[in-house]
Amino acid sequence: MVIEAEENRRDFLILATGAVGVAGTAAAAWPFIRSWSPTADVLAQATTEADLSALAEGQMITIPWQGKPIFIVHRSAEQIAQAKEADSGSLPDPALDKDRVQKEQYLVLLALCTHLGCVPQPIGTGDFGGFLCPCHGSHYDTSGRIRKGPAPKNLPVPYYAFKDDHTVVIGKPV
Amino acid sequence: MSKLMEWVDARLPISDMIKSQATEYPTPKNLNYWWNFGSLALFMLIVMIATGLFLAMHYKPDAQQAFDIVEHIMRDVNYGWLLRYLHANGATFFFIIIYVHILRGMYYGSYRAPREILWWIGVIIFFLMMGTGFLGYVLPWGQMSYWGAAVITNLITAVPVVGEDLVVWVWGGFSVGDATLNRFYVLHFLLPLVIFAFVIVHMWALHAVHSNNPDGIDIVDEEKDTLPFHPYFTVKDLYGVGVLLIIYCWFVFFAPNAFLEPDNYIPANPMQTPAHIVPEWYFLPFYAILRSIDFLGSFSKLAGVIAMVGAICILFVLPFLDRSPVRSFRYRPLSRSLFWIFVANAIMLGWIGYNPSDATAFDGALPLIILGRTGTAVYFGYFVMLFIVTAFKIEKPLPLPKSL
Repeated sequence: MVIEAEENRRDFLILATGAVGVAGTAAAAWPFIRSWSPTADVLAQATTEADLSALAEGQMITIPWQGKPIFIVHRSAEQIAQAKEADSGSLPDPALDKDRVQKEQYLVLLALCTHLGCVPQPIGTGDFGGFLCPCHGSHYDTSGRIRKGPAPKNLPVPYYAFKDDHTVVIGKPV
Repeated sequence: MSKLMEWVDARLPISDMIKSQATEYPTPKNLNYWWNFGSLALFMLIVMIATGLFLAMHYKPDAQQAFDIVEHIMRDVNYGWLLRYLHANGATFFFIIIYVHILRGMYYGSYRAPREILWWIGVIIFFLMMGTGFLGYVLPWGQMSYWGAAVITNLITAVPVVGEDLVVWVWGGFSVGDATLNRFYVLHFLLPLVIFAFVIVHMWALHAVHSNNPDGIDIVDEEKDTLPFHPYFTVKDLYGVGVLLIIYCWFVFFAPNAFLEPDNYIPANPMQTPAHIVPEWYFLPFYAILRSIDFLGSFSKLAGVIAMVGAICILFVLPFLDRSPVRSFRYRPLSRSLFWIFVANAIMLGWIGYNPSDATAFDGALPLIILGRTGTAVYFGYFVMLFIVTAFKIEKPLPLPKSL
């Protein structure tokens, strides 16, 4: 004889046990998954300072920030003009040069190709007077905007602030 | 001795197992030399695990030390140079063997019913091998190691919405670094053991459905059509191992760096990418497919990744694309032509993957990117064409023999 109340009770118990098991396993997995995220000491390396007083016009430096390369270019008038000229043209990832710099002469870029993360070569190596990524042939202009090749986006401009006239701080303090 | 075996067999029937699954295991009598590559792959897996285990006893997964440790293994550790060259070249030979093994399955229709699951397990093992090969290449922490890791992990950013966060999670930082090296080392140690487990399942599936054969027809009479595995095929497999060892050891002892990149003897430098990054040769055709999708604007990156992964994943559905009533391409002239076009095309894609992305052929007349796109189309075209010529009965198979 089948007692319906008994059957329902058993179904409920099986379902409840299963649900607790799944939720419990997921909860137990979380610390393991989270252990892969950046550690506290890695997160603490949030900012980098650079002194630009020795950076003459036309020169460029590469500095590490969070283990990633940052290009700081002291652009010449010609390079600035080239960037502005392209403002009105059709760009794959439209952006105005003035929105990508704080001081016109200093271009600050996170120098990782937005295609697959290679470091582009210095300014002047690519078409459009800018940077060429050697890995898969992406060309960025004198404002770090993508112009040609497989990369989908412009080179990102990291958060930065000028501490004084010639000292720039890359990154936000946490 | 026999008393002892009786005692064991009553508790764990080892003798029965050895008899039915190894020594007296019925094997098609017409297997040709292409059937050696399964046992050769197992041999290489064992060589890789053995050499890897002993290399691991000297290696340290530390971004500051890893590069120097590899040189320490080469110069200071007794026979360290031999272990490392056996391991590095072993990867190359493992992949050569596995590619032949896969192509043999494709040519003789070994993926067809009832061997689909056997085939799928093989594709999973291939995926795991590629992962393991990639992870292992990062460990020497040279320029190619570092930038190979950077480029491949950056593929994750193509994942919509969560890609950027996901790659930081994989790195354990904001770029490939110490944390990345450490976890890659652990995974490089773990995955071969996972491969080993899958190999056991692969052989379980094989022994459940038995080997295919060059004629691709079923065994009618076990007495007439098969031979016991031992001694007929143990001897044949041993002969294959001998040939492999001659070629493998020639490279290990006389051209140990033939398959390695000079740039990987420069310590990893996160601030500078080498002018020309190439992955290990066994990834080159897939790398060429990745790079050939560059005409879809901002969608190119994701599409390239999908095409590259799809190039392997399509093997999963191959058993259902091939609708021919005949398994072996020996009796399928059209499929055979398609197959050789596929093989030639894969080699061409490898050559394109090896060259810089802006390279040209014929004195600049033909940009390689054009050739790469064509090659990608031909690669996927093989599977489409195979479906068309078989599903619509365009191919007229030749008459099959009655028995092996």
